[in-house]
Amino acid sequence: MSGHSTYEPKTGVERWLDTRLPIIRLGWDSVVDYPTPKNLNYWWTFGGILAVCLMIQIVTGVVLAMHYVPHIDHAFASVERIMRDVNYGWLVRYMHANGASMFFIAVYIHMFRGLYYGSYKAPREVLWILGCIIYLLMMATAFMGYVLPWGQMSFHGAVVITNLFGALPIVGEAITTWLWGGFAVDNATLNRFFSLHFLLPFMIAGVVGLHIWALHVPGNNNPTGVNVKSKADTVPFHPYYTVKDGFAIVLFLILFASFLFYNPNALGHADNYIPANPLVTPSHIVPEWYFLPFYAILRAVPDKLGGVILMFGAIAVLFVLPWLDTSKVRSMRYRPTGKLYFLIFVLACLVLGYCGGQLPDNHVIPGLSTFTLIDADLNSMVWLSRLATLYYFGYFLVILPLLGLTETPLPQPESISTPVLSHPASTPAGATAAPEKKG
Amino acid sequence: MEPPPQPKGSLKVADTVVGENPDHHASGEDPNRRDFIHIAAGAAAVGAVGALAWPFIDQMNPSADTLALASVDFDLTKVALGQQVTIKWRGKPLFIRRRTEAEIAAAVADDNANLPDPQTDAERHKPGKAEWMILIGSCTHLGCVPTFGGGDFGGWFCPCHGSHYDTSGRIRRGPAPLNLAVPDYEFLSDTTVKVG
Repeated sequence: MSGHSTYEPKTGVERWLDTRLPIIRLGWDSVVDYPTPKNLNYWWTFGGILAVCLMIQIVTGVVLAMHYVPHIDHAFASVERIMRDVNYGWLVRYMHANGASMFFIAVYIHMFRGLYYGSYKAPREVLWILGCIIYLLMMATAFMGYVLPWGQMSFHGAVVITNLFGALPIVGEAITTWLWGGFAVDNATLNRFFSLHFLLPFMIAGVVGLHIWALHVPGNNNPTGVNVKSKADTVPFHPYYTVKDGFAIVLFLILFASFLFYNPNALGHADNYIPANPLVTPSHIVPEWYFLPFYAILRAVPDKLGGVILMFGAIAVLFVLPWLDTSKVRSMRYRPTGKLYFLIFVLACLVLGYCGGQLPDNHVIPGLSTFTLIDADLNSMVWLSRLATLYYFGYFLVILPLLGLTETPLPQPESISTPVLSHPASTPAGATAAPEKKG
Repeated sequence: MEPPPQPKGSLKVADTVVGENPDHHASGEDPNRRDFIHIAAGAAAVGAVGALAWPFIDQMNPSADTLALASVDFDLTKVALGQQVTIKWRGKPLFIRRRTEAEIAAAVADDNANLPDPQTDAERHKPGKAEWMILIGSCTHLGCVPTFGGGDFGGWFCPCHGSHYDTSGRIRRGPAPLNLAVPDYEFLSDTTVKVG
C-alpha cells in the first residue's frame, strides 16, 4: 500500500487491468510481497485471526437475519425457531453467539500485545486509535446483538445500558427517550437495534481497511520494538506469515469448535432463555463476560454519574495512550520495571472481570467480615473493584507517564537481526538469545 | 526553458483571462464576488445538511402512536391491604401498593431522617389517600425493577446494584440518586385511578 511496489503484471490482461484498476497490485503489495519483520511471534497472529472472526460474524449474521423477526412479540420465538426448525439454524446461531466471544478473546489478546510491545507509539498512533475505534464499534455491535433474542438478560441489559446515558445532566432524559423511541425499552428500541446491529459490522470492516492501511505505512512493530533497518530484517508476508497466521487460525478455530460443539452455552447466561418480562428483573443481572471489567468499574463508584464517567473514561484513556507513555523504548522486553507494572495491569483487568461477575457485597475471602469502610465491608467485591479500578487508571495516567522519565531500560539491540545473528562485538549485554545459525 | 519574466500581480495561468486574477487580492482587501460565491455556496450546503439532519435524528424520538398510548385506568378494588399490584404503563412497571398502617407510620416517622432526596411521605401520595402509594417501578439508578420486601428499610430493594428504598419509595442507601418517581395520576372515584 505504500513504498515501492514490486508487482510486475505478467499477462496482457493483468497489464490492461493494472493501468485501469491496480487491484492486483494492491493485493500483491499488501499480502504477498509486503516486507514483514522476520521476528514476529505468535502474539502477532491475532490480527489475521480477528479478520477471520469478522468474516464469520458477518456471514453467520446475514444468514440469521434471514430468519430472525425484529419484533417484541416474535423475536424470542423466531430465535427458538432458528434453533429448532431452521435447517442447521442451531449451528449458525451458535457460531454467531460463540463467535462474538471468540472475537473478544482475540481482540483482548491483540490489544494487550500492542500494550506490551509499545505498538501504539510513534509512528503508529493513528493505527492504534483506529484500533480503539474498532473496539468501540465492536462493543456497540455486541451489545445490540445481545438484545435481539429478547430474553430476560437481553431486555434488562438494554435497560441498564441505555439508562447509563440518563446519568448525563440536563440532556440525559432526552437522550434515553431518543435512544428508546418511547418511554421504555420497547419494540421501537428492538427494531433500531436490529438495524444498527446489521450496519455496524460493515462499518467495522471499513475501519479495519483503514487500520490495515495505517499498518502498512510504517510497517509492523516487532517483539524488539526496534525499527526495521534493512532488508535483512524482513521477510515477505507470503509465504512466511500467511503460513504462520494460517497455523494460528487453525489452532484458534479448534478452540472455537470446542465451545461450539461441546459447550455452546458456557459463555452465555441461562436467564436469556426466559422471554423478556419488563415487570421482573432477574435477581442477578450481569453483562456478557467481555464487558465485565467495565461493569465492575461502573459499580465501583457509589455515584451514578461518576460511575458512568469512569466507565467510559476507561475506554477513552486508550485513545490518548500514545501521548501518555513517555518512554522512548517501545518493547517492554527492555523495560524490566515497566514489564512488572504491565503484568500487574493485566492482573487488574482480570480482577475487574472477576468482580464484575460477582455481587458487589460478596466477600472476596469467604466468611471473613472485616470492618465497614465508607459504605461497604473492606473484604467485599466492591472494594476489590475500587482497588483494581485505581490501578487501571493509575497505570495509564501515572505509571506510564512517570516511569518513562525515571526508569533505566536495558540496552536494545541495534537491529532486529543483531540478537539472533552471531555478532559478538555488537551483542548487547541484555540480549540472551542464543546465536541462530539459520538466521 | 525559462518562462519570460512577468510583472508582479499579473496572471501566469492562462492568457484567456483578462485583467487581474480575482483570487489574487492581498489579505485585508474587501471580499470580492468569487469569495462571496464560495461562502454562500458553502453556507447553503451546511444549512441544507443541517436541515436534513434533524428529520433523521428526530425520527428516533417517540412516534405519535407511542405518545398517544399514554394513560391507563386502574380499578383499585383489586388490591388487598398490604398487597402490591404491578401493571405496565408506558412500557414500564407501575407499582400500585396499598400500604398498611405500620408502613405508613414507618414512612412518616422517617420524614426527617437523613434522606438523599428529601421529601415527606405526604408529598408522595394524594391528600387523604396515604394508603395508596403509586410509583413508577423503575430504579432511578439504571432502571431495573426493585422488589418489595427486600432491603433494610422495609420497602423496595433493587437487585441490580443494591439500592434500598423505604415504604414511601424514597431512596435510603445505594447508588440510586432519586426517590422512585411518582407518576401524574388522579382519583376518578374512590375505587378508580387514572395514571398519565
